[in-house]
Amino acid sequence: MDRPTFVYVTYIATSLEQLWDALTSEAFTQQYWGEGQLQSDWQVGATVQHINPDGEPNWQGEVLQSEPPHRLAYSFQPLDATENQPSRVQFELQQYGTLVKLTLIHNRLDAQSCLTISRKWTASLSHLKHLLEIADGLALVA
Amino acid sequence: MDAVFKALADPTRRKLLDQLYLHNGQTLGELCKHLDMTRQAVTKHLTVLEAANLVVTVWQGREKLHYLNPIPIQEIYDRWLNKYERRQLNALGELKRTLEDNTKETEHG
Repeated sequence: MDRPTFVYVTYIATSLEQLWDALTSEAFTQQYWGEGQLQSDWQVGATVQHINPDGEPNWQGEVLQSEPPHRLAYSFQPLDATENQPSRVQFELQQYGTLVKLTLIHNRLDAQSCLTISRKWTASLSHLKHLLEIADGLALVA
Repeated sequence: MDAVFKALADPTRRKLLDQLYLHNGQTLGELCKHLDMTRQAVTKHLTVLEAANLVVTVWQGREKLHYLNPIPIQEIYDRWLNKYERRQLNALGELKRTLEDNTKETEHG
């Protein structure tokens, strides 16, 4: 297997279940992605679709691993890219004292997607942390 | 957040982050090639960067790979940058980069 393209780790003051729900709920993905939302029933083998605000699919993938509330992985491919091997994203959720450690590992990203997706993920994860911690009435930055 | 600023307040550690920015996912051996330091010294710097969550590691078979984790930097950005001024700041940043033709860290110290 190739080396992962990038790996992100963030610590969020929330529970495993709340974070799992946030990563998978339509309402929440819409809120934290800023534009569009993810649609899937999150069962292994199910389709994952990213739908833009106009209701059109941007990219599609397949759920590869689903072990709530600890591990979620899906493939990831723009609808017009049929020749490339799909990218793969994996979320790992671990209790870390009173926090939840969220690790995001992305494989097989080409250089251009890497740039745009990397910026998007960093902002999304930070936004997600913000939303979950504000919801709990906790300070954003320790 | 103290750990992040402490970790960034050292030119060698910034150089390590620069190396990972250029080529993410390097082993200790690969990182050492770019630095005129002992393995032990590089390991010490990486430990500080990991404690600040600026570097994260994953195992790939028998290789331990190091990744730049920009999340703490994003949190600093989110804390002091108003979301309405980001476009203007990006434009100024881009202007500076173009005019300075990618000035290297070494020239800034």
